[in-house]
Amino acid sequence: MTAQVAISLTVNGERVEAHVLPRLNLADFLRDHLKLTGTHLGCEHGVCGACTVRVGGEIVRSCLMLAVQANGAAVETIEGLSDSGEIADLQAAFRDRNALQCGFCTPGMLMAAQDLLRANRMPARAEIRQHLSGNYCRCTGYQAIIDAVETTARARMELKA
Amino acid sequence: MKASAFAYARATSVANALELLAVHGEKARVLSGGQSLIPAMNLRLVAPDLIVDIGELAELRGIAVRGETLVIGALTRHADLLKSSDIVKCAPLLAAAVAHIAHPAIRNRGTIGGSLAQADPASELPACMLALGASIVVRGPGGEQRMAAEDFFTGIYETRLAAQDLLVAVELPLARRGSAHFFQEFARRHGDYAIVGLAAQAALQGEGFADLRLGYFSVGDKPVLAKAASKLAGVAITPALLAEASDALSHELDPHGDQQATPAMRRHLAKVLLARCVASLLNRPDLHIGGVS
Repeated sequence: MTAQVAISLTVNGERVEAHVLPRLNLADFLRDHLKLTGTHLGCEHGVCGACTVRVGGEIVRSCLMLAVQANGAAVETIEGLSDSGEIADLQAAFRDRNALQCGFCTPGMLMAAQDLLRANRMPARAEIRQHLSGNYCRCTGYQAIIDAVETTARARMELKA
Repeated sequence: MKASAFAYARATSVANALELLAVHGEKARVLSGGQSLIPAMNLRLVAPDLIVDIGELAELRGIAVRGETLVIGALTRHADLLKSSDIVKCAPLLAAAVAHIAHPAIRNRGTIGGSLAQADPASELPACMLALGASIVVRGPGGEQRMAAEDFFTGIYETRLAAQDLLVAVELPLARRGSAHFFQEFARRHGDYAIVGLAAQAALQGEGFADLRLGYFSVGDKPVLAKAASKLAGVAITPALLAEASDALSHELDPHGDQQATPAMRRHLAKVLLARCVASLLNRPDLHIGGVS
């Protein structure tokens, strides 16, 4: 009854076929099966946001999604966003503003921040805080992260102008 | 932690899901968005033998206006409610409430049906269903039935859903001209579970209320439709009357204590929300000041 289930999905644009146990969550599938270890697991019950990835273009908690639920989906991880250059400016702003120390939360922070910047080109600081409220950082005190996201939003606006 | 082992069945239709539930009963759990069930499984609070995944049943997804009724499919996600123009027009209370449910990444997966079936007493949507006078549409071995939201929630994580039943939709009366809503909750941080919250729907008439429905959440083992509201309907609202209703509310509620708040603090906050709600709906700032002693 607890047999493996065949799944087929794309991860960062590449087709992946696998057989997985139903209990395997998407985060562990990405990390252990595909060796995409940029997706971090903190709390494993949806509180900390370190495991945030994109599924079908929307951010989700990969610890609160079973790998079998990702069948047929397009999954994007921090490796995908990083390699494509989509968030190169955001990553640079994080570095410049000291918006990370240990870096554990950073992949999830970047996923959530980019999700906000795609939907809202110039969010207010309060909106940034609200959008990142599901991502915990135990090092920075958040101010530098908000700064980095705000800086990136402004720079992108200037680039478009 | 990780969930314990379970078998997995991807339902191909509502009928198929019902067959699986009929066979496996209490050993099975229905998975929709999984934003409550999977954390509970990861924490080993629940360990079902079988997961029946209804996530691909498109027939359960979507928002439609049918006559005088707004129908919301069980698989409609919080993010869908937040983006829907039908919700803003026909049930604006829901739009206000959904913004308080957890965080964007959770709202992209969590569903209305899942939230109602989970019946967490601290959740926003069950209280909204009470305030809006919703019907919960349930399919089971005996066919389809509608349950009034007021009867649906029976206790902490408990509803009238039987193990063989599937919650398929909710039906809400359309917001009418002259109706108004209020939603507010106290939480330590944005997206946290509320310490106390209030979802209210009113029919305004002249200077007062023709009808007022107060759905409180996180004040006990299930959402509460406060009877104290009846004191405020069909009468001219004075500070004295509001204080009387506030006292009645305080006696009526039997809130729990936990690490966030004592029962007395919850009672106090419920009264604060009542005063804010009435003052805001009637545009009477004086009532807010006089409403809580």
